[in-house]
Amino acid sequence: MPKRSDIKSVLVIGSGPIVIGQACEFDYSGTQACRVLREEGIRVILVNSNPATIMTDPDFADATYVEPITPEIIESIIIKEKPDAILPTLGGQTALNAAMSLHELGILDKYNVELIGAKVDAIKKGEDRQIFKQLVLDAGADVARSVIAHTMDEVIAAVDVLGYPMVVRPSFTMGGLGSGFAYNEEDLRRIAGAGLQASPTTEVLLEESILGWKEYELELMRDTADNTVVVCSIENVDPVGVHTGDSITVAPALTLTDREFQNLRDIGIRIIRDVGVDTGGCNIQFAVDPSDGRVIVIEMNPRVSRSSALASKATGFPIAKIAAKLAIGYTLDEIPNDITRVTPASFEPTLDYIVVKVPRFAFEKFPAADATLTTTMKSVGEAMAIGRNYSQALQKALRSLEKKGSSFHWGEQTKSAAELVEISKVPTDGRIVTVQQALRLGATPEQVFEATKIDPWFIDQIVLINEVAETIQSAPELNDEVIKLGKEHGFSDAQLASLRSLSESDVRAIRHSLGLRPVYKTVDTCAGEFPALTPYHYSTYEQETEVIPSDRRKVVILGSGPNRIGQGVEFDYSCVHASFALSDAGFETIMINCNPETVSTDYDTSDRLYFEPLTLEDVLEVIHAESQSGELVGVVVQLGGQTALGLAKGLKEAGIPILGTSPEAIDLAEERGLFSEILDNAGLLAPANGIAINLAEATEIAGRIGYPVLVRPSFVLGGRGMEIVYDQHSLVDYFDRIAEYGLIGPGYPLLVDRFLDAAIEIDIDALYDGHELYVGGVMEHIEEAGIHSGDSSCTLPPITLSAGQIERVRKATEEIAKGIGVRGLINVQFAIASDVLYVLEANPRASRTVPFVSKALGITLAKAASLVMVGRTIRELVAGGHLPPADGTHIPAGSAIAVKEAVLPFKRFATKDGRFVDSLLGPEMRSTGEVMGMDVDFPTAFAKSQAAAGTSLPTSGTIFISVADRDKPQVILPVRRLQQLGYRILATEGTAAILERHGIAVESVRKHSSPGEQPSIVDLINDGKVDVIVNTPSGSSARKDGYEIRAATTAADKAIFTTIAQLSAAIGSFEKVIDGPFEVRSLQQHALDRAAKLG
Amino acid sequence: MSKALLVLEDGKVFTGYSYGSEGQTLGEVVFCTGMTGYQETLTDPSYAGQIVVQTAPHIGNTGVNSRDEESSKVWVAGYVVRDASRIVSNFRSEDSLDNELVKYGVVGIRGLDTRALTRHLRDRGVMRGGVFSGEKANAPVEELVAEVQSAKKMQGLSLSDVVSTAAKYVVAAEGAEFGKVAILDLGIKASTIENMTARGLEVHVYPATSNAATLLETNPDAVFYSNGPGDPETAATQVETLQEILKTKTPFFGICFGNQLLGRALGFETYKLAFGHRGINQPVLDRRTGKVEVTAHNHGFAVKVEGGPEVDSPAGFGRVKVSHVSLNDDVVEGLECVDIPAYSVQYHPEAAAGPHDSNYLFDRLIELISNNRKAANA
Repeated sequence: MPKRSDIKSVLVIGSGPIVIGQACEFDYSGTQACRVLREEGIRVILVNSNPATIMTDPDFADATYVEPITPEIIESIIIKEKPDAILPTLGGQTALNAAMSLHELGILDKYNVELIGAKVDAIKKGEDRQIFKQLVLDAGADVARSVIAHTMDEVIAAVDVLGYPMVVRPSFTMGGLGSGFAYNEEDLRRIAGAGLQASPTTEVLLEESILGWKEYELELMRDTADNTVVVCSIENVDPVGVHTGDSITVAPALTLTDREFQNLRDIGIRIIRDVGVDTGGCNIQFAVDPSDGRVIVIEMNPRVSRSSALASKATGFPIAKIAAKLAIGYTLDEIPNDITRVTPASFEPTLDYIVVKVPRFAFEKFPAADATLTTTMKSVGEAMAIGRNYSQALQKALRSLEKKGSSFHWGEQTKSAAELVEISKVPTDGRIVTVQQALRLGATPEQVFEATKIDPWFIDQIVLINEVAETIQSAPELNDEVIKLGKEHGFSDAQLASLRSLSESDVRAIRHSLGLRPVYKTVDTCAGEFPALTPYHYSTYEQETEVIPSDRRKVVILGSGPNRIGQGVEFDYSCVHASFALSDAGFETIMINCNPETVSTDYDTSDRLYFEPLTLEDVLEVIHAESQSGELVGVVVQLGGQTALGLAKGLKEAGIPILGTSPEAIDLAEERGLFSEILDNAGLLAPANGIAINLAEATEIAGRIGYPVLVRPSFVLGGRGMEIVYDQHSLVDYFDRIAEYGLIGPGYPLLVDRFLDAAIEIDIDALYDGHELYVGGVMEHIEEAGIHSGDSSCTLPPITLSAGQIERVRKATEEIAKGIGVRGLINVQFAIASDVLYVLEANPRASRTVPFVSKALGITLAKAASLVMVGRTIRELVAGGHLPPADGTHIPAGSAIAVKEAVLPFKRFATKDGRFVDSLLGPEMRSTGEVMGMDVDFPTAFAKSQAAAGTSLPTSGTIFISVADRDKPQVILPVRRLQQLGYRILATEGTAAILERHGIAVESVRKHSSPGEQPSIVDLINDGKVDVIVNTPSGSSARKDGYEIRAATTAADKAIFTTIAQLSAAIGSFEKVIDGPFEVRSLQQHALDRAAKLG
Repeated sequence: MSKALLVLEDGKVFTGYSYGSEGQTLGEVVFCTGMTGYQETLTDPSYAGQIVVQTAPHIGNTGVNSRDEESSKVWVAGYVVRDASRIVSNFRSEDSLDNELVKYGVVGIRGLDTRALTRHLRDRGVMRGGVFSGEKANAPVEELVAEVQSAKKMQGLSLSDVVSTAAKYVVAAEGAEFGKVAILDLGIKASTIENMTARGLEVHVYPATSNAATLLETNPDAVFYSNGPGDPETAATQVETLQEILKTKTPFFGICFGNQLLGRALGFETYKLAFGHRGINQPVLDRRTGKVEVTAHNHGFAVKVEGGPEVDSPAGFGRVKVSHVSLNDDVVEGLECVDIPAYSVQYHPEAAAGPHDSNYLFDRLIELISNNRKAANA
């Protein structure tokens, strides 16, 4: 059936901020969908609150609404844009839930808008566990025995039926949020209690335990003609019990016979048919009992999922793109396979390589959190690697994580095999390395299997890797045969070096002298049966390479690797923009990255894609392969975050041209002494500071400049290890805590700065071409200095800075850019305290805020930066229309205000005793994503940002206030206003007394730690009787109370303010939410408004 | 780890390690793209005379078991894999693949660039080759190439006698008997028989040399020609037999080689494909329903039908429809006679290995028999 002619416009719902369980894979899928729909001549309307995405580029839709994804907002967009249909299957659970709300509120019917991609009925069948269970049984498959419960009594009653351990899964949550295993009644009450709370339908599913079973996933697609294909099978190396997002996974499945695989395929097809997914994709998870093959269907998602993104990258079959085409009426056989171009999409990809995905965790950011892996997803990113066999793909994937200790090693090991086997019983980050160590020290595969239930085949592969290591180590010399053997199984030069007690560069030199280089194979969907026209490559050590020579001028762009806190989709945005801009400028663009969730690893983003680890070895080899033809103009390193930047020096030493700011200049900004010189020359001030490589030095500096001090390791992103230290005792404690991470030492010292209390923090993103500075945007943080810029909300344009102050910031940035020798992007952080401007730090690279600036002001900084790097001047870029004539300091009065708000993952992290970790903000970044609120004034924009972040401000209700003594004077005014607006005010005794003295009617409430009969504040929050919480941290005695309050708030999902600055900023926003619904405006309209104002 | 060589008739040599039995073997080198089902592939008689290259890198992970055998032995002439599994991991496994290959004397090779080999065969077409291990691996390459070039070509080769049953046998229907099918065994797979008996058909399996009278001796409800190896042009006797059967208006169904023989019986030509279809992911369009099925293929020859979706049988059997086509390359994948009760498909509805999408073709046999009975009674 050809394209439907009745659909002229489609509203695509995005997935909102990056959160754990829902990351940039939905930017990838949404971007593909928008592209496809526009190619088909359909008007695309997009709503997504996340500015750090490619899809929200105004170029990808006809009307782009960076607005909160709420039913009210979407209704306003529908009224304004009158779309024929809504496509909700490419924006994760967020979009699907939004679509269901629109249906339930009658909005779809009211405006006669059709849901495409998945019907309401199909969504319900897939997500409602009771309906789904019946459907699976009807399809002739099995399910785990289970009980649905809506109350705690029902939960407890289920124990008789199911016994312990029992699985608890809340309905309608994403990423398995709130799921867990209960081993006893205490566990059960805790997990099910939280689950009932987390489920929008107050419903949990309780199941028999299938812990330790093998876990598989199938990605399927089906069209209106009932044609169904299985795009990919994925096998989890970690057995059932670890969320699939936290498991090491492999594609294709490797331990199934055809009979067993076809059984899963048959079940999958029956389910997708019965659920009624008829214009798109779905993902089905299976558990298989390894002892007898009994198959249980765990769940299905009637939408594009994280696994779909992985499957797309793993096979070259673009699931999201095809899902979008199916949604508008095409059938699979009408859609050509992009890669072969001669065969249709109605086939099943076959792989002649192995794909391994490994998760990346961020437990170091949440020291109090329990690092045990469960059915609740906790990883913040992932890396994928492709090899010609499993051992090669696995080792490549592990080194793609760029994390100390994530690769297999054969160095000193203080624990015994028995201890390691014992440790491996509990799934945690890095268990695979523990297993490798245990096997290496003599644990048997059987012991490891008993401890982990990892399939013996995967265990044997690690045995094999250890045997190869042994051969490498004991070989008389590191010859051709030995190196080949190592490379065959994915050993890096660094691993070979450590096994042979050589340096990595020695190994590389030997290898090159023997003429041993990787070859590059192609991901072609068909195992070589048809020629591939898409250069999507991976390395291996074999006979034949498939890199096609080209005579073009080439630019290599280094991506940012797996997502982590502090380095996420923002950097992918910049890399993708550079690729687009450089391609338009006539260069052949070559992307290297290993993150399957991203747009940059889409095979049609760049001219050539190398899915490779971002290590010096792997990058140098790609460059060598590409240098065999054409002209390598250079490598872009300043857009891929610390990952790419960290490779600059090594590349330069290998004689590779680096585009833009030189590696020496990059060092200049990081090297405190040199940087001070630049500031001195420019007459700029930094807070008093020093550098230390050990505790003694740090103590000396702190004594000299005075506490409090801000400490941070150099060469890190996301404020890793960054803290405010108030006294000597805390400094000692700090060194104790971070010792194990190896963040400080000679060559990478600790920076110790005087901490500026009560200062306003400012961020600036700018472009420098060697002559001229072009400001992208000046952003004012809402929180005071001391909160990491990534976790702080900020506004663009600034709302309290004077024109004079902005000019000082501009000038200072120009001096710094000139002093460093920037060619391309620079981000500088300033603080203004008592009208004195201090430089906090400068980073000559793309910052996290580049996409925010481009969405807020329409200035595409990353594109312009990439052109500056290849020699264009700012003047030329302005003349050529690449940059608006007025830079980011020239914002006409009355322009819209954009507010960026961080989204934090506290709800994902529980402590060992099952309580949420503390949600206090600090200098170390912990947010996973961001949203943007944009409107005519700050209060409305801020209110929108809060709604987009998932904690809408209430129009009425109860507000609880408990603030530290130092904050008490500042809290009076805001609270008075809140009371005038009609909110009921609760406060703890101390705070209440002060408020009463100022004539504010307040009800006193018992502290959690004080004895008493009436409910404490924590009880009230738990019972949902408090709507907004204001709690600023104070001295140690009250700390425990503060923590209890914040943990309860996290559990109850209520708005919380932990700084007075935030609260004061929000007061106007409370007024705005009371005033009525938000108006919506597209980025395209904002751009027209801005142009009109500039005249 | 002893060295082994794969030598192609065009002089290209791939070096790897010996796998399975040591020694030497000659055959037509073909690649198979299925990611599962190596055991079914090895025991599929259609692969007789061929050296099979698996494009999936890991082979042998799940061992072998008696349930998944498609015939009583391993038929491939040689076996080429990238990574042979060191261990076996599957609850149904009874032995390792390595042992199985040794048991049947299959000379194999592992550890070579199978993708380069596949691309070579794709670009130049399948060709003869040899696997040499043990002493022979050290012989001069020219000598080995010469040996390969002296091997028989698949084109013009008749292999039916090699793979067919020596004597007739009967397999009873499961449950209530619906009817009886006479099968000409040209290399039949166990799954084909299972699919028939599961539908209430008693099957009588005859040697490939059986004539029409023998096939019709029990007055069967239908005659079936199985899959099998070799060049259909060499099967003139079986084609004549089929023409006799078609004249009796006995319902007929053919799979793979059986499809090619129906094509020839109807008067069409068959031809050799450049590198054939061997995999379990092939999209085929069923023209009757407009639906696409993902199917298992294993064929190097195909039927040539020109002049539209419906043409007259040059041999005078009335109108013939091309019922199924490959969506990858438009190769004829199925024939359906309009005026006589006969149909066939080029691919494998019995799957094993492969998806079960086209299982319905066995239901069509039941339908055909029913309709034929009704017509006879009318």
